[in-house]
Amino acid sequence: MLDRVTRTVTLPDGRPLEILRGIDLEVAVGDHVSIVGRSGSGKSTLLNLLGLLDTPTSGAIHFDGRPLAELSGGARDRARGRDIGFIFQQFHLLAGRTALENVMTPLLYATGSQFWRRERIATDLLARMGLADRMHSMPEQLSGGEQQRVAIARAIVRQPRLILADEPTGALDIETGANVMALLDDIAEASGAALITITHDPGVAALARRHYRLDRGRLAPVDVNRVLDLAAREVTF
Amino acid sequence: MRIITGIVGAVDEAWSELRIHRTRVLLSLVGVAVAVAALTGVVALGAMAQQATTESYERQSGRPATLYASAYSMTTETLAPADVRAAFDQVVDRYQITYAGAVGYAASIVQFVGGAQYVSAMTVEPDYATMHRVILSEGRWFTERDAERLAPVIVVNQHFYERIGSPNLATHPTVSLLGDHETVAVIIGVVPASEYEDLSMFLLNSAYLRIAPPSELEYAMPQFEMWVPTDLADQLIELVRRDMSGALGPDVQVDVSRQDYEVWGGGLDPLEPIRMLVLGAAGIVLLLGALGLVNISLVTVRQRIREIGVRRSFGATAGRVFFSVMMESVVGAVVAGVVGVFLAVLLVSNPLVQQSVAPGILDMPAFPIDAALLGLAAATAVGALAGLLPALYAVRVKVIDAIRY
Repeated sequence: MLDRVTRTVTLPDGRPLEILRGIDLEVAVGDHVSIVGRSGSGKSTLLNLLGLLDTPTSGAIHFDGRPLAELSGGARDRARGRDIGFIFQQFHLLAGRTALENVMTPLLYATGSQFWRRERIATDLLARMGLADRMHSMPEQLSGGEQQRVAIARAIVRQPRLILADEPTGALDIETGANVMALLDDIAEASGAALITITHDPGVAALARRHYRLDRGRLAPVDVNRVLDLAAREVTF
Repeated sequence: MRIITGIVGAVDEAWSELRIHRTRVLLSLVGVAVAVAALTGVVALGAMAQQATTESYERQSGRPATLYASAYSMTTETLAPADVRAAFDQVVDRYQITYAGAVGYAASIVQFVGGAQYVSAMTVEPDYATMHRVILSEGRWFTERDAERLAPVIVVNQHFYERIGSPNLATHPTVSLLGDHETVAVIIGVVPASEYEDLSMFLLNSAYLRIAPPSELEYAMPQFEMWVPTDLADQLIELVRRDMSGALGPDVQVDVSRQDYEVWGGGLDPLEPIRMLVLGAAGIVLLLGALGLVNISLVTVRQRIREIGVRRSFGATAGRVFFSVMMESVVGAVVAGVVGVFLAVLLVSNPLVQQSVAPGILDMPAFPIDAALLGLAAATAVGALAGLLPALYAVRVKVIDAIRY
């Protein structure tokens, strides 16, 4: 939960720039929230705050009922690894490593059976996602859609409670993007994880159950019909 | 549990990283491997050279602690060698000294094809070989039973052996020892000789007493040697002196002293200056290897900023990133260290190297474990030092900036 969160950065000339202003957002288990906004509206900064990658200048972030300020850096890192899965626009698969090794990567930071059985877990997941025959392929040998499916597998391999997708279809064609979003939605629903999609694509945003618009650092709910209307007119935020 | 999975995970990451960048790693670690091989090899060769030197000293003056006893008359009356021998034998029995014997020097005229020649001879007893680490290149050394043989047996040096045409010892080759009476001696063994040595031979004291002219025997007062435990040496010096003096009377001066290399500061490695030079060079190579490793690691870490950011987004703590980057360097350097130690073992085990560093060595020292550990420790230290800067850099990277990089 984000409570009156602001994020300000200092510009090189010393002037402060307020990127996010008074953000209030509550996301529960099983939610699917979309946040749309133009470039430079603060989407990525919000994503970083939601993903415990950054701390707010003011306001409070509660994760799992605990204020973020109470967590040490290490505890925040561990909570991120355990409970949050990231999907990036450019996939960010690790170069030089096979699809299987990429999916195993988050499990390297797990403990117990998740750590010791990492190869089996990753293999099973990739097989479930229809990538059984691509497991030992390098990222550059995979198509865009396959790369994003590997990235999704990597994001959910530790069964997170929150999936953060930053422009998940931004690097894909329309059809592949739609397939990837359908897969992501199914996975989030099946696992009960909350899914927050940050996008400038109204078509992708419309797939969510709750919709928000980020404009000049302010977050406001937006009606789904408005989103669909914009999608139909192919106007992007 | 978290610590164990953390360590195993970090090593796994490091190994995977090294595997992916194997060419870069291989090139950067060649210097480390060479330096470790030099470092380890020099220490091992030093140990070998030291052992060879020690054995050489032991051949000359006996193994520690070798006591020398001699007696001479303080008056004009001649001291009978048999009396001195009896006094010495009593002492050997009393203190249950296992290895002891008389040693003397003589010269014999030996008849060779083409003429007779003086050959220096050392009169010894069978224990001499053990006490002085005598090595034989052919045949055998004296035994107690050789004293009973009618024809004296001799052990000659290599030059002597070659002078008589290097005959097969199984054919019991003989030479004539000239003097008051010509004596035929049987050659039973050959000892190696350096290039600058003259012809020489060993023969048993008992045989010498039989064949030597009486004029020589009158003045031939042998020295006596005893190989005793080093911790008892000082005590035995006093006891042997006291007992032999008591047995020989007040007119006889008995001197007992220790003359093995340990008392005169021998045993120092003659190759020490060269060793220090090579060690210094190895140290510089190691330093250069470390600098190369730092350089390449730093460049690599800069290229891996996004990867580090992605890893952080999946739960890698700052400590874990630091440890992983550090481990990459350490694992790489340790692997290079193992290769270096292996190269050093190959080098030191090479017979050509062994022959040139420690010719004629009897007890070849095992590859020193401390040298191998030193090499591995040096490699680990280099890896840790080389990994420190990149690891610090990796930790200071901002996750958000790193992902967008």
